[in-house]
Amino acid sequence: MIENIKFNSSYNFAFIDETTKKEIRRKLLKAICIPGYQVPYSSPEMPIARGWGTGGLHLTLALIGKTDTLKMIDQGSDASVNACNLRDFVQLTTNCKTTYDTNEATLIQTRHRITEEKLTDKQIMVFQVPQPEPLRRVERYEYKTRQMHAESDYAKMWLTLYEAFVKWGDVMHGAGYPVMVNGRYIMSPSPIPRWDVPNLNMADCIYLFGAGREKRLYAVPPHTRVEPLEFEDVKFHIENFKDVKCESTGYNIAYMDEMYQDDGITKKFYINDSNFLDKMIEKIAVNQHSNKYINQLKKNEQ
Amino acid sequence: MAYVSVKGGADAIAQAKELVEYYRLKDKTKPIEIEQIKSQFRLAIDKIMGEGSLYAPEYAAIAFKQMEGDVLESAFVLRAFRATLQRKYYSDILDTRNMFVKRKISSSFREIPGGQVLGPTRDYSQRLIDSTKYNESEQEIENFLSSFEGKIEKEKMQEITSFNKVIDLLKAEGLLMPAESNYDKTVKDVTLEAVKYPAPRSVTLQMLARGETGGLMTLAYSSMRGFGDGHGTIGELRYGSVKVLVSDTQGRKRYIGNVNLTECEMITKINTTKEAKIPYFAIGYGLVLGQNETKAICMSILERGIRSGKSENPANNQEFVLYHTEGVEAMGFTNHLKLPHYVTFQSGLNNLRESVKRNTNIQDEKMKVYKEMAKQFQK
Repeated sequence: MIENIKFNSSYNFAFIDETTKKEIRRKLLKAICIPGYQVPYSSPEMPIARGWGTGGLHLTLALIGKTDTLKMIDQGSDASVNACNLRDFVQLTTNCKTTYDTNEATLIQTRHRITEEKLTDKQIMVFQVPQPEPLRRVERYEYKTRQMHAESDYAKMWLTLYEAFVKWGDVMHGAGYPVMVNGRYIMSPSPIPRWDVPNLNMADCIYLFGAGREKRLYAVPPHTRVEPLEFEDVKFHIENFKDVKCESTGYNIAYMDEMYQDDGITKKFYINDSNFLDKMIEKIAVNQHSNKYINQLKKNEQ
Repeated sequence: MAYVSVKGGADAIAQAKELVEYYRLKDKTKPIEIEQIKSQFRLAIDKIMGEGSLYAPEYAAIAFKQMEGDVLESAFVLRAFRATLQRKYYSDILDTRNMFVKRKISSSFREIPGGQVLGPTRDYSQRLIDSTKYNESEQEIENFLSSFEGKIEKEKMQEITSFNKVIDLLKAEGLLMPAESNYDKTVKDVTLEAVKYPAPRSVTLQMLARGETGGLMTLAYSSMRGFGDGHGTIGELRYGSVKVLVSDTQGRKRYIGNVNLTECEMITKINTTKEAKIPYFAIGYGLVLGQNETKAICMSILERGIRSGKSENPANNQEFVLYHTEGVEAMGFTNHLKLPHYVTFQSGLNNLRESVKRNTNIQDEKMKVYKEMAKQFQK
């Protein structure tokens, strides 16, 4: 049996070797400098399967320090199985503090949600991205989409939005609604619901995006314009929950989960963001995002 | 409250992990030794090392045991382990002309210099299930080995040297296509940087060598069957061990060991180059770790197809082939569909419902039908 010292001893701090971490951090700096631009990076293999958050993990592990507090969420929930597994992995290799509390975290890794609570300039949010290329639905080849971005050739994208409107009376993009970043690059915000998209705009925190399988990372720096694609007369809108209420709190200005009951007919709604829901139930003060869509909902409520 | 079920995540993972370990062991059979896996599952180990992109039979065997014999999962484990090892050196270019040949065949010629050497293969035996394997005893194994070893003429073993390649014959005659002058000879390392397309040939070769056997075969078969340049002829397929040399800082060559490799040179149809109108045979190249002939053959077909520049066939399109034969990534992404997607689904659901509402007549009709169906269901 061969012996491998590295295999027997514990892994490097945050699992990835320092050279690769440095490479990822340098690519992140580039991404910050060119908001919305997809930077190719090494994307080393992880002991987590491709498509299960490896891109997010690369960024988290490259950034995390001994004093960081990590929050890990999957579809809005801290306790979802894959979130638990990823949190355990980061915790085991860094011994960092972990939390469910959005305010307490310095680093938040998320899959498909932005927290309902607003993030500060002391916080970084890392998104797991399955498909970083917003143009992939209109152009299947990578070498062509890179060219299209370089030339700001977004005609095909606008055309599909228009076609959807003609066919169905609305732009039918659900999660992962394409956005224009800093007036230059069309970017996939990862499959967050439309509810979350306006919260990317002019934020105080840093939003970082990691697509492990596709080996791309990109960023939305603080105070950057992020606008959902829309027409003058056909506007972007967020999901509609005005006719339902959260079963636990009675609140409805938050993204909701829909749960069918055992009878298969009746359904109940609950606030999706589990930490936000817990705080609402325990009547702890929350600092919710404000944007023109949410503000409008609140105004209608009064 | 419905949320309780979602919050048991950590506990559920621990239980599932324990249960699957129980499934591996529950029949209380004797533990399989790593040495046994290494020697008796030779071809599985070769496949794992190739797709796992790490030549380490012991680790491949551990992974195979740990993953209950799932070859692709084992390759994944090996890849993840590999990523924790620092790349300290690159080996010198392997010289497959000096391979210690264990098997070499050519379908292009009846006889080749050094002869056709069938070597270890099941190509010409009937695939009938051999029920005597059910009770194979150690005594039988010993008997077989001693009778087999008795047949080896030791002094002749010394005479075996290396063999030149079949393609050298064609090259000497000027029938092989010279390397395209415009092709990108840059050497990249796909394990250290992201691939950008169009990618140099070094990327094609590396990614195909790491690719998943079944994926490579699917696309190569499509190329042979009608969606490509058709049926090539194997110039030479050889399997054997090759010395690996590494140059140290003083430039001295250090021998670090042998690896077993399968190499395939596929002669494809007659072509002319753009520069000269003289026709040539074009060649496709495949080289994979261990003995994996299907993969080496398919690699050579795809490598040729990609270089042909006729990308209307999927198997000739570099980006299509390289992205989709990457088995470890494909498997990961396929299985990620098992992760919860209720947030994203809700967003689409919301869109669909609003779209339906816009046409209330249809909505009313449908609701009637659904309600009727629900009633039927409850009965």
